[in-house]
Amino acid sequence: MGRLLLIVRLAARDLLRRPAEAALLLLAIAAATTTLTVGLTIHGVASDPYANTREVTAGPDVVATILPDPEGGADPDPAALESIAAADGVTDHSGPFPVAGAALELGERTMDVQAIGRDAEPADVDRPAVTDGDWVRDGGIVVEAAFAEAAGLHVGDPVTLAGREFEVAGIAVTAALVPYPWTSCLVHCMLGEAPEGMRPADGALHDPGTVWLTVADVEEIASAPLSYVMNLKLADPDDAQAFVLAHGEERPGLPNLLSWNHTLEQVTHLERNTQRLLTTGGTLLGILAVASVAVLVGGRMADQTQRVGLLKAAGATPGLVAAVLLAASVTVALLASAVGLVAGRLTAPLFTERAPGLLGAAGEPALTASAVAIVTAVALGVAVVATLVPAVRAARTSTVAALNDAARPPRRIGWLIALSTRLPPALLIALRLAGRRPRRVVLSVASVTVTVSGVVAAMAANAQLAGQPLVDADTETQRLSDVLLVITVMLIALAAVNAVVVTWATVLDARHASAVTRALGATPAQLSAGLSLAQMLPAFAGALLGVGGGLALYTAIDPDEVPMPSTWSLVVLVPGVVIAVAALTAIPALLAARRPVAPSLQAELA
Amino acid sequence: MSILSTRGLTKSYGDGESLVRAVDGVDLEVESGETVAIMGPSGCGKSTLLHLVGGLDRASGGEIHLAGRRVDQLTERALARLRRTDVGFVFQAFHLMDELTALENVELPALLAGHSPRAAKARAAELLDRVGLTTKAGALPTTLSGGQRQRVAVARALSNEPVLVLADEPTGNLDSAATLDVLRLFEDLHDAGQTLVIVTHDERIAATADRLITMRDGAFVDETRLTGGSTGNLGALAGLEG
Ligand SMILES: Nc1ncnc2c1ncn2[C@@H]1O[C@H](COP(=O)(O)OP(=O)(O)OP(=O)(O)O)[C@@H](O)[C@H]1O
Ligand SMILES: [Mg+2]
Repeated sequence: MGRLLLIVRLAARDLLRRPAEAALLLLAIAAATTTLTVGLTIHGVASDPYANTREVTAGPDVVATILPDPEGGADPDPAALESIAAADGVTDHSGPFPVAGAALELGERTMDVQAIGRDAEPADVDRPAVTDGDWVRDGGIVVEAAFAEAAGLHVGDPVTLAGREFEVAGIAVTAALVPYPWTSCLVHCMLGEAPEGMRPADGALHDPGTVWLTVADVEEIASAPLSYVMNLKLADPDDAQAFVLAHGEERPGLPNLLSWNHTLEQVTHLERNTQRLLTTGGTLLGILAVASVAVLVGGRMADQTQRVGLLKAAGATPGLVAAVLLAASVTVALLASAVGLVAGRLTAPLFTERAPGLLGAAGEPALTASAVAIVTAVALGVAVVATLVPAVRAARTSTVAALNDAARPPRRIGWLIALSTRLPPALLIALRLAGRRPRRVVLSVASVTVTVSGVVAAMAANAQLAGQPLVDADTETQRLSDVLLVITVMLIALAAVNAVVVTWATVLDARHASAVTRALGATPAQLSAGLSLAQMLPAFAGALLGVGGGLALYTAIDPDEVPMPSTWSLVVLVPGVVIAVAALTAIPALLAARRPVAPSLQAELA
Repeated sequence: MSILSTRGLTKSYGDGESLVRAVDGVDLEVESGETVAIMGPSGCGKSTLLHLVGGLDRASGGEIHLAGRRVDQLTERALARLRRTDVGFVFQAFHLMDELTALENVELPALLAGHSPRAAKARAAELLDRVGLTTKAGALPTTLSGGQRQRVAVARALSNEPVLVLADEPTGNLDSAATLDVLRLFEDLHDAGQTLVIVTHDERIAATADRLITMRDGAFVDETRLTGGSTGNLGALAGLEG
């Protein structure tokens, strides 16, 4: 018991001795575990919701519609659809069902809907899955789930449809149609803003939602000629596109056919984009987290080797020493995984939340026991490896050798030192500080490159989103922008942590060099400028690389469409990054430069 | 002419019960060209005094005049300029930069003072020659012996032609032979008119000074004017030869 208490006390002291460092390590590992948690949490959710919905709802392979002639020709004849149902390769069908365009009044707001008349009995093909409430009845409408969410409709709500009172009987999903707002139009309609110079046809619906009514109700609310829709099942779903080509006709009054592949394409467009963003963003975040952990752990290892020597000199056994170091690291790792699991669990819905128009998509991202185990194991792994190496090394080497292991000797880069003699003192100090730790500079450059790449790619993606005319501003753009924003913010936050971590590591590691430099007459201003510049130079290089990298990254993700972020924003980005790094590093650099010189020099003697 | 003088110089750490008067009302006068040795038991405040005088640390009270200027109330920036131009430090632990060669270490103060790279390098080469290390100009400190390192440190202290060189136990980490090397070097400096204040535990070093001050508990307790300290037969006097 006494021994355990001793370990706990020594471990606590170890953490409290360098609280800022322990906090940064916590933050860096937590960032990595958060990313990992998000990745693991959304992994299951992303599994093909459309296929699932299609199976559950007996989704059609081809949807055939026939619309009234806007020029006022003959009313559409459902018999034209019946003849397609008799075509070769069709094994089953449902409909034709009547469809009417109507206005749905919701308090102040009016939204357009296409009302499909359905039987109370489930059909063979396309049985919308009721996720809440019941299927259609006279006076009771069923609302497509994505539309219900957008309109804020719930089971039991009273609504006015084409001037008649109805009640929401249920909410349902279907694979036959693309969910709101990209609704597959069964009546004349227009989605999104009108492209310049075009006006919607008279009587066309704008961004309609879909509702199901009884056939009798549809006929009652209809104020214009009805459209008809029929759902077809083919012998081989893979023939759907060929079937559409063979039988489709893009003319009013004649059947218009859509294959399930087309619907899938529309439905998963957003999913694919979100997924792509997440995979790319997650990878970038992972790289950044590893970079900061590497810097911190590198610094700690050198520091801890000496500490092990001290403990051994004070009479601790190698086992006790290892236990103390492990206890400290494990504490940090456990805290970091707890933070990461909570943060990841809270952020995951941001990435997975989608229009609830599909089954399986509405499923909450779940944190499984295995995900928790993996996250904790990774955090512990990082911490334990980082601790065991110095513990074992120090336990093996003699006490004196461990005590004398004066951190890692600085590197010498001759040409850099020669070059720096030609520069003003602050730059001279900066180049030499950077040159002492080339690997750390590489990590700094990499960190900024990765971040700027991510930001530039996000800017390009945003430029593309903004440039799309047919996007509903309220939903898809918003969602993708949200995802982009979250990823960008996390990238920047992690890069900021990295900048501070690297500066801090440099400050600690250059304490002696800084004290000597000041004893030789460098002013605090020159020294703090040097410490900051040592981070700004890699940041500048990283920003330049990142602009190129970001455009390349975006081209790689989306080879077809490469909208350039505006040139001025790229031009502003580079100095912006450098200034941001200067601001972030200013405080540690100033603190370091104000440190009194004499104790730092004396400490070397102790 | 007195190049350095302090009046009632005080430095204390902590307060109340734990108050430590590391330097306690020191009056020190150092003439131009003089070598002053300071001795005393460990913890009596010798290093602290040097740090105060050299502008590495701030006094709690009293005055410091260096080269005719009052320096105890200077800003950090002005103190840095003072260290750069008027003071040269030599430390027991050498405090060389491990990644820099001997020559680069010696030219660093000149570069920090804004001299041209060419001038700094020429000056450094000249100083290395003066301390007898021309052949080691390109060597890294880790490949040099303790005595050689300390000679590099002395050369570095002289880089900007300081009016005052402060040495804190310069031979504390050295063996007898290396101690003698450094001792000879200080003697050369003395002969060249350099003002030196040397803190030491080594009586042989102290014996070479013009004046020996003994410190105890932060204050001067004894002062001896030595003669023949630097008369040339230093080796014999210090008992290091033979
Ligand atoms: N930063 C500090 N905080 C508190 N006390 C200090 C500090 N620095 C020095 N002291 C105290 O001031 C006194 C003088 O210290 P100083 O280092 O000047 O002694 P010294 O004469 O150089 O000793 P040595 O011969 O061992 O080098 C000591 O009692 C020391 O404990
Ligand atoms: Mg001392």
